[in-house]
Amino acid sequence: MARFLINRLIQSTVLLFGVSIVGFALMHLAPGGPLAVYTLNPTVTAQDIERIKVLFGLDQPVYVQYFKWAGGLLSGNWGYSFFGGQQVREIVLDRLPATFLLMGTSLALALVIGVAIGTLAAVKRNSVFDYATAIGAMIALSLPTFWFGLLAIFFFAQTLGWFPAGGMVSIGDSSLLDRLHHLVLPVVVLALVLVAQWSRYTRSSMIDILDQDFVRTARAKGISPSRVLVNHGLRAALVPLVALAGLQLPLLVGGALVTETVFSWPGMGLLFISVLSTRDYPVLMAILMVGAVVVVLGNLLADIVVALVDPRVKLHDE
Amino acid sequence: MTSEAVFDIQAAAPPRRVSAFRRLLRHRLALLALIILAVLVIGSAGAPWLAPHDPEELDIANRYAPPLSEGHILGSDDLGRDVLTRLMYAGQISLSVGIAAMLVTVMVGFSVGAFAAYYGGWIGTILMRLTDIMLCFPSVFLLLFVAAFVTPSLASMALMIGLTCWMEIARIVYSQILVLKSADFIAAARMIGTPSWRIILRQILPNTLAPVLVAATLNTANAILLESYISFLGYGIQPPAASWGNMLTNAQSDFQVDPWLAVFPGLAITLAVTSFNFLGDGLRDALDPRIRDK
Repeated sequence: MARFLINRLIQSTVLLFGVSIVGFALMHLAPGGPLAVYTLNPTVTAQDIERIKVLFGLDQPVYVQYFKWAGGLLSGNWGYSFFGGQQVREIVLDRLPATFLLMGTSLALALVIGVAIGTLAAVKRNSVFDYATAIGAMIALSLPTFWFGLLAIFFFAQTLGWFPAGGMVSIGDSSLLDRLHHLVLPVVVLALVLVAQWSRYTRSSMIDILDQDFVRTARAKGISPSRVLVNHGLRAALVPLVALAGLQLPLLVGGALVTETVFSWPGMGLLFISVLSTRDYPVLMAILMVGAVVVVLGNLLADIVVALVDPRVKLHDE
Repeated sequence: MTSEAVFDIQAAAPPRRVSAFRRLLRHRLALLALIILAVLVIGSAGAPWLAPHDPEELDIANRYAPPLSEGHILGSDDLGRDVLTRLMYAGQISLSVGIAAMLVTVMVGFSVGAFAAYYGGWIGTILMRLTDIMLCFPSVFLLLFVAAFVTPSLASMALMIGLTCWMEIARIVYSQILVLKSADFIAAARMIGTPSWRIILRQILPNTLAPVLVAATLNTANAILLESYISFLGYGIQPPAASWGNMLTNAQSDFQVDPWLAVFPGLAITLAVTSFNFLGDGLRDALDPRIRDK
């Protein structure tokens, strides 16, 4: 187990190192480079640009810039925003809790509903319910999230007035109920795609498990069908799904960005879109990196959980 | 599959393709998807001849016409332009971007995967680690990041989407070729003296094509979704040219005056994406050798 953990930690570190190189390269390959916001502005003279370059250390060799930047990321000095000069770390980390709240709630909701639908579909294989949820999941996966969000705002916020149209809190109201009220629509919109995926994953994982010998044995011993389903079937079927939850993370982070922009949810995604138009590159880089780090760490966590609950993984390592 | 190929290497490929297509047609949802896609493609490609109006023709007297009103079957927008006409022209752009982006994902993904599997060693390791790294970035972030620095056009959109979504195909091709390299029927083909170009062309390529074709179809769906979102935010296809995404840019304010304006482009996207997804699903079943003789 310890060896497995160390191995995975080293792998993740290497991956993060690669991620930082690719992210850094991307910024410098972009037309205009990190200073696009200045070089494309006709009122900024060439001398000004030279001075800005020296100021930000962009006159140094690329590898020096990279190590300075990467070292800064590690030590917590993420640089300063081009506009207003605020600390990038503060700007970005301020937004992280809102994004995590949205992602966490959606994931939890999607897990419960998706696993329930998937299990039922697996038990009643080839029934009307199975086909209907399969088609429903496919359509849910095909809906443009932003459009679905817009429709939800139109019906449930503007027409029916049941929920607020956006934001995280009402002005002058900081009660928990108000926050939950704001959370409903964005969570439902973000969770829809996840429910669709989870129901499909659970179904196929469940079908694999229900065909196996130990389930047949349990049934033969006379254990009630519902207990077999939950204690034998679901317990085993959920293990591979934990790893899938890790793989689903990029989709979840991306979906959160889309949902946040539609619902003006004050998270990292909304920040990303708002600094995109000003090309505030230190902030953009930081968000890109935080997004990737969330994905890498999420995968690491999923692998560790699988190793903890699945006895087969441990056997491999010792 | 395997045993058949060992004894009849030359004849393995052609009859399979025909029956795979037949199986696809038997898949009712895939058939429906195929029909819908055909209608969408004909409608957009034939827009110059079929569309009732010019896409940029203004009809100020009939702004915000509701659907089914005279002269505008699906209504008109804030400038009195015909919605149906614009949907058809937008389809040209959205579908082209989707398909072109898919071709980029296949080319890049296939090259990376095949190169890595064929040469192996440190080149293979580097290529596949690069794939892992790219997979860590949520593609929407990556895409918007690049889109903000590039002048948008049909070609640049397709290229950008393609270059941020090739990783899945690279992984599929890589693992397929690794498995095939040690498969018995490849060994058998080598033993009877088949030249390696023939093995690559007749054995390896057809056997990697099926999963790639499925992934490519699903990638088209994903590319259409991404294009619509980028254009919706204003970093993609620029007005007055219409794409299904940028027709929704003003959707939120349109809801007050004319909710239908926000409905039809979204329906068009959903229809196209759902169809490609169902088609991919049908292809997966039709091309899967394990459920072949059902």
